[in-house]
Amino acid sequence: MATDKNNLIVYCEYEDGKVADVSLELLTKGRALADKLGIKLEAVVAGDNLKDIEKQIFPYGVDRIYKVEDSRLYPYTSLPHSSILINLFKEIEPRIAFMGATSIGRDLGPRVSSALHSGLTADCTSLEIGDHKDAKGNEYKDLLLQIRPAFGGNIVATIVNPEHRPQMATVREGVMKKEVKDSNYVGEVVDLDVSKYTNKEDFVVEVIDRNIEKSKVNLKGSPIIVAGGYGMGSKENFGMLEQLADVLGGEVGATRAAVDAGWADHDRQIGQTGVTVRPKLYIACGVSGQIQHIAGMQDSSIIISINTDPNAPINSIADYVITGKVEDVVPKLIKYYKKNSK
Amino acid sequence: MSLNIIVLAKQVPDTRNVGKDAMKEDGTINRAALPAIFNPEDLNALEQALKLKDMYPGTKVTLLTMGPGRAAEIIREGLYRGADDGIVLSDRAFAGADTLATSYALSMACRKIGKYDLIIGGRQAIDGDTAQVGPQIAEKLGLPQVTYAEDIISVEDGKALIKRRIESGVETVKAPLPLVVTVNGSADECRPRNARNVQKYKYAASPSEIGTDEEKKAFIEKRPYLAIGEWNTQTVEADLSQCGLAGSPTKVKGIENVVFTAKDARRVENNDEELEDLIKELIANHTIG
Repeated sequence: MATDKNNLIVYCEYEDGKVADVSLELLTKGRALADKLGIKLEAVVAGDNLKDIEKQIFPYGVDRIYKVEDSRLYPYTSLPHSSILINLFKEIEPRIAFMGATSIGRDLGPRVSSALHSGLTADCTSLEIGDHKDAKGNEYKDLLLQIRPAFGGNIVATIVNPEHRPQMATVREGVMKKEVKDSNYVGEVVDLDVSKYTNKEDFVVEVIDRNIEKSKVNLKGSPIIVAGGYGMGSKENFGMLEQLADVLGGEVGATRAAVDAGWADHDRQIGQTGVTVRPKLYIACGVSGQIQHIAGMQDSSIIISINTDPNAPINSIADYVITGKVEDVVPKLIKYYKKNSK
Repeated sequence: MSLNIIVLAKQVPDTRNVGKDAMKEDGTINRAALPAIFNPEDLNALEQALKLKDMYPGTKVTLLTMGPGRAAEIIREGLYRGADDGIVLSDRAFAGADTLATSYALSMACRKIGKYDLIIGGRQAIDGDTAQVGPQIAEKLGLPQVTYAEDIISVEDGKALIKRRIESGVETVKAPLPLVVTVNGSADECRPRNARNVQKYKYAASPSEIGTDEEKKAFIEKRPYLAIGEWNTQTVEADLSQCGLAGSPTKVKGIENVVFTAKDARRVENNDEELEDLIKELIANHTIG
């Protein structure tokens, strides 16, 4: 067992023989922060058929991988995975722990943080190292600054865990960048015995049936996104956005308000509680520009806003502003694209 | 078979539509200007409980909320829709609680309620979007958890069959009671108020709402079903060092209003000529086409 403690650890999700992108993104961020703190980067992965999984993980600069292999650990259920992390963390006392803000990480993280009485900040959009001085004058050096939008995205809060370890955070897929550090990087593999980290009662929840489809929507990878907001007014009007996205070779995205209204599916939601995107072209149609939405698309190369309100907040970050009704403008854009392309 | 179900609910400011009138002059949010509502996914959770009550007669649904005295409003809302009972957990010592201190307080209230087969809450509240309180309560009570639930299909032989909606699909799990379940917004909408229940419960009130109104007090004393329970740290025997700010490992270092660097936007007139020029420009610089 490892002798050094207080490192930075990332819980890696694993499906179909592949480590999840969000985990690799967190490893990339973790490497940078670990370098800053002069500590090691570790990963923990629990599941079945984990042979050679380290080959996917080491290149991100991982110094040590904890592997727990057992057929009962896949598919994921809350209790055994929580027990593994709780017991492992008690042993190795990580300084910082990250997991994806996915249905797994958001199920697992709170349970682990409750058992360890450590703090957990959900859906961070930025993670930094910095000092903190509290109201009583106590000073803390090199804390993890966990930055996240709060209050429906209308404010941004910086959260710290001064006294408790590990400092835990979840981050959504696509928020951090994924970057191989060194394809030849090799660390240590530590195999953990599942029976030492879980108990029989942890396996009481059975997964009866599982129907996981590869998502049909690929917002993150699409170079062009046509997004609709509440200003679209109806599900029918969303059909027009599909036409524009089709002719331009892009995908349709939506704001939370439009998804809540039932005009678009959940997997098309862009923003702090949806997907973060960085397309070449973002056409915002009837999008007012709530901060939680802007947080998920502000890095787009070119932003066009089509809105009846000339003062819509989104216009302030747009490159092109068209003031008018979406149902007037979009058909014209389709027409002139067809006329001028090829 | 009848069940004892606790539904966790939160009264939240409606952050989904923060209009211009909700912003103060300095650009901060005037929380008082936002309507206080029943957290949307908690309504989905209530519906799951009420559905089980329909399926298994004799089932008792108790609403539990933590908040200021006015949170009794959502207890009444739940009673109108079919809940049997409600408790407001309210104490100044809970102020400033992060998710961990919140789940501690709620877990102590669940212990005080004592009998529960299912504790059901929304996946997350719209003022925080953390989705942490459900799993943390499960951990504190030593119970299994099923998150992202879309449908509690049935309860048989001490086990619940539950459909979950996760990122890219659907999973069906079987989990033993007692159990904590958090429900997604994609689950069935909550049934509307029932007119008979509204008649029955419209005068339901908590002790802090009754205050010193002796007439109201006497009225409710004669009708115990109208008494909304109000518990504090003492009632639930909470350890004060685990409540509120003191019991919260996470601290807010700072809060900023979001300011985006404004770009120099080009205005494109909504006419054929300018729109065609825009398309030509985007094709010429290889943004599209």
